[in-house]
Amino acid sequence: MPKDTGIGASSKRREDVRFLTGKGRYTDDINVAGQAHVVFLRSDMAHGRINSIDTADAAAMPGVIRVFTGADFEGVGTIPCGWQVTDRHGEPMQEPPHPILAQGKVRHVGDPYAAVVAETAAQARDAAEAIVADIEELTPVIDMKAALADGAPKVHDDLKNNLCYDWGFVEENKAAVDEAFQNAAHVTTLELVNNRLVANPMEPRVAVGDYAAHDDSSTLYTTSQNPHVIRLLMGAFVLGIPEHKLRVVAPDVGGGFGTKIFHYAEEAFCTFAAKAIQRPVKWTSTRGEAFMSDAHGRDHVSKIELALDADHNFTALRTETYANMGAYLSTFAPSIPTWLHGTLMAGNYKTPLVYVNVKAVFTNTVPVDAYRGAGRPEATFQLERVVDKAARELGVDPVELRRKNFITEFPYQTPVAVEYDTGDYNATMDKLLELIDRDGFEARRKESEARGKLRGLGLNCYIEACGIAPSQLVGQLGARAGLYESATVRVNATGGLVVMTGSHSHGQGHETSFAQVVSDMIGIPEDQVEIVHGDTANTPMGMGTYGSRSLAVGGSAIVKATDKIIAKAKKIAAHLMEASPDDVELKDGAFTVAGTDKSVAWGDVTLAAYVPHNYPLEDIEPGLEETAFYDPNNFTYPSGAYACEVEVDPETGKVDVISFAAADDFGNVVNPMIVEGQVHGGVAQGIGQALLENCAYDENGQLLSASYMDYAMPRAHDVPMIKVDHSCQTPCTHNPLGVKGCGEAGAIGSPPSVVNAVIDALQSAGHDVTHIDMPLTPPRVWAAMNGANATGGGGTAHGRSVGAGDTATH
Amino acid sequence: MYNFELVKPSSVADAVSALQGEDAQALGGGQTLLPTMKARLAQMETLVSLSHIDEIKGVCTDDQGRLCVGGGTTHAAAAEALSGYPALASLAARIGDPAVRARGTIGGSLANDDPSACWPAGALGSGATIVAVGSGGSREIAADDFFQGMFTTALDEGEIITEVKFPVPEKAAYEKFLQPASRFPLVAAFVAKFSDGVRVAITGASQDGVFRWTEAEQALSSNFSADAVTGLAAPDGSGMISDLHGSGDYRAHLVRVMTARAVTAAS
Repeated sequence: MPKDTGIGASSKRREDVRFLTGKGRYTDDINVAGQAHVVFLRSDMAHGRINSIDTADAAAMPGVIRVFTGADFEGVGTIPCGWQVTDRHGEPMQEPPHPILAQGKVRHVGDPYAAVVAETAAQARDAAEAIVADIEELTPVIDMKAALADGAPKVHDDLKNNLCYDWGFVEENKAAVDEAFQNAAHVTTLELVNNRLVANPMEPRVAVGDYAAHDDSSTLYTTSQNPHVIRLLMGAFVLGIPEHKLRVVAPDVGGGFGTKIFHYAEEAFCTFAAKAIQRPVKWTSTRGEAFMSDAHGRDHVSKIELALDADHNFTALRTETYANMGAYLSTFAPSIPTWLHGTLMAGNYKTPLVYVNVKAVFTNTVPVDAYRGAGRPEATFQLERVVDKAARELGVDPVELRRKNFITEFPYQTPVAVEYDTGDYNATMDKLLELIDRDGFEARRKESEARGKLRGLGLNCYIEACGIAPSQLVGQLGARAGLYESATVRVNATGGLVVMTGSHSHGQGHETSFAQVVSDMIGIPEDQVEIVHGDTANTPMGMGTYGSRSLAVGGSAIVKATDKIIAKAKKIAAHLMEASPDDVELKDGAFTVAGTDKSVAWGDVTLAAYVPHNYPLEDIEPGLEETAFYDPNNFTYPSGAYACEVEVDPETGKVDVISFAAADDFGNVVNPMIVEGQVHGGVAQGIGQALLENCAYDENGQLLSASYMDYAMPRAHDVPMIKVDHSCQTPCTHNPLGVKGCGEAGAIGSPPSVVNAVIDALQSAGHDVTHIDMPLTPPRVWAAMNGANATGGGGTAHGRSVGAGDTATH
Repeated sequence: MYNFELVKPSSVADAVSALQGEDAQALGGGQTLLPTMKARLAQMETLVSLSHIDEIKGVCTDDQGRLCVGGGTTHAAAAEALSGYPALASLAARIGDPAVRARGTIGGSLANDDPSACWPAGALGSGATIVAVGSGGSREIAADDFFQGMFTTALDEGEIITEVKFPVPEKAAYEKFLQPASRFPLVAAFVAKFSDGVRVAITGASQDGVFRWTEAEQALSSNFSADAVTGLAAPDGSGMISDLHGSGDYRAHLVRVMTARAVTAAS
């Protein structure tokens, strides 16, 4: 029976009222009295040596307050990386410095090398054009495999080469995996690209730095998914500001998708410059700057091999991936192709032996880091494509091949370190098949063929690791921070309460769903619960929102804090009712004593806590406020099965997604409507990656898709109505809500089914095409069908995922 | 955006006069020029807005039965007023999005001559006549003479398009294949069948901008059917635009596909 309030209810998103009526308060809405504006001068070449920068003319321009270059930051820290990966040989990764403004060299188009602070943004822009920079163009490295060749130009002159690390996982399994391949009855091999993406949140990044001389404190307003992390990284590692003198505020944030996790140079610049000039300093990114300065996503080039025995059991899996780091190491970058990718390579299958090799490479491109799914889409895409290819090679049903190899007993220890607590992959597959009417597909295909279209059905499974993350485990893996979450619950005298969470909402609806949890636990209306987030001054130290962690980790901290509140409130209630605390029950906002008609309301107890006239002061303190920190003891493992049907126009190669279905297991669900919305958004992004989005560089390192004129985002008509089901629920066993996380599933689970469907469509017409690299644009699909040249320029994708070139496999 | 002076004449004569100034630039609906200026890729002393000249707005029919569209007519207004030429109305109704159609004008589009714009295909495919007014007075330019390569037209410095005269064909259709990011045509074909022959204009494809596909015109003039097009070789891909969104060969292939589809749609 659907509930209308509390856990399980589709409560309307309370934050949407302000978002939809223009009342949101975003960082760009924040203007501090006396603020100046900064414009960054960014490199228009991919690789160059800075011989000189003459700022004299610019400094004399109207309104200019000060011009900064890299030289102004020589005594300041550099942008830190939050994760250290250890390579196959036990050596730490190569970790180059990332200065706030370029020093010595510029390393990608968009790399800032000077900044003008002026009274207005227009004056700053005018003055930036008057800066005369002598930058000697150097040969860039764009292709990852070429970047690793002997004698390749180095992105960072002080490093040995362009290899950040060569990671093997699990290195001890390598020999056994190789042996299993020698003994395999069948081996399926696939080389593929996971295309580079630009996150494109609706709100570009903004930073406002403010300095208060009266108490020597700094404030940064910024578009961040994790203000506490920014405070820690920027304060401790870049600017040397103790946390008690630094406040970071991330107010309403208009979408993040990962790219607003990271600490960016512009944030440190505005904070630093505000103190230097004793004026607040504001920066608002243009959309063009966003394309060349927001961290990009994905960009893997992989070879995956699957070994099977004669009965089609998967016996081993081996992958080799080149992962593009870009020019500098962004905050989480080294962890994405390793711990968020290699650990998921077993997928939903009981493959006993897995070996993952990842070579992370520096190139003269924008840094690459987490983007919705972060490592897990790359793992899922490879695995689910190679399984589909194996089924086709073996002439067996792709569903049955998957079922035969499903993990069915839990908990399950994978050969790649993680232990899945729960799951039921047959249940989500059954549900998927129920949603898609697979039996009716042949009739639909004939109907499409009658209209001259090729129809394909593609499906896949996925598993992801969410609820990031157990701190001790990730510490062993190289994380330089804990990944717990925090909450403070402050009950007011009249019974309403405020929850201060370390999570951050930038579209996820936390203000609604977190309130549902607390209201359900206490039995008071949801509107009695206020959720506060995004300001280090009024929330406990938390790690923010990414990796589908907020409900599983942040929600668990809220449950723990609320449990403490309830325990204390029961003691107060027991005192008021002259009963034993053990006999007191809380239900529907009232405390009762079992077996009696005694009752006190929630509000009577909260009032007593703050007006303690009749109160057990000798036993407990007045007041009703509790803080909890929750550190998970495992990841959570959402899983599911996705399918889509496409029509391909054989004359043009255009792919239309006709239908899409998602059967997910998210464990327990707090707000089904929000969950469905999260899946819808994720699937739209996955379809975007599969068919449209292509962040492309040319050989000289110029960003070809540097605006919406060339970077194709999915639009409403590119996305069909999506059937979403989350009725298969195997609750997480190790968090109090039994939840797993849903924010990334759609983006992880959808690309392989789209590509599998297109291959199915082409094969149905006799085209022997086994793979096309994403995005499956019309010219690429047409070229795959006709063995022709798809796109002009940009070379091939061999060795990099950023070219415009021909990428089909026959 | 750099600073500039904005003048808003209310007559063609005043506009022509204002455009004689040094570094003056006509501004139609601003759908290309304003983004270019915002990106600081264009700088001029004076912008002469043509949006306040009522005499160059609207559609009428002349004594030869031609539909005459004022150069300052927006795409949206043209789409509404061109019911006598449904293929052209459809072309106008599918340019950009509603915001673009509410501001962008036929005159601005033709004068800019973007190699992927829609109106040049409509004008060339219809054999339209472009009326231009400058300091030397008014003159008529045949569409066949007007388009002279990518972003290059027969307009003289300071001339503005006041009117475009479209003969109405027996049958016509415009079929476009969208570039997925910009939603400009990757390739589009405008096919018009007149009593004395067929015209086929292609936009989006060629490095030389909009062009007539004469082989298809000849084939269609004797046999107005899609088969007549699919039987032809695709045009040479070597002169076609080749970029992230499609090679020259792919565009050449689409020329044939879109032309055949336009013929089918017109039939």
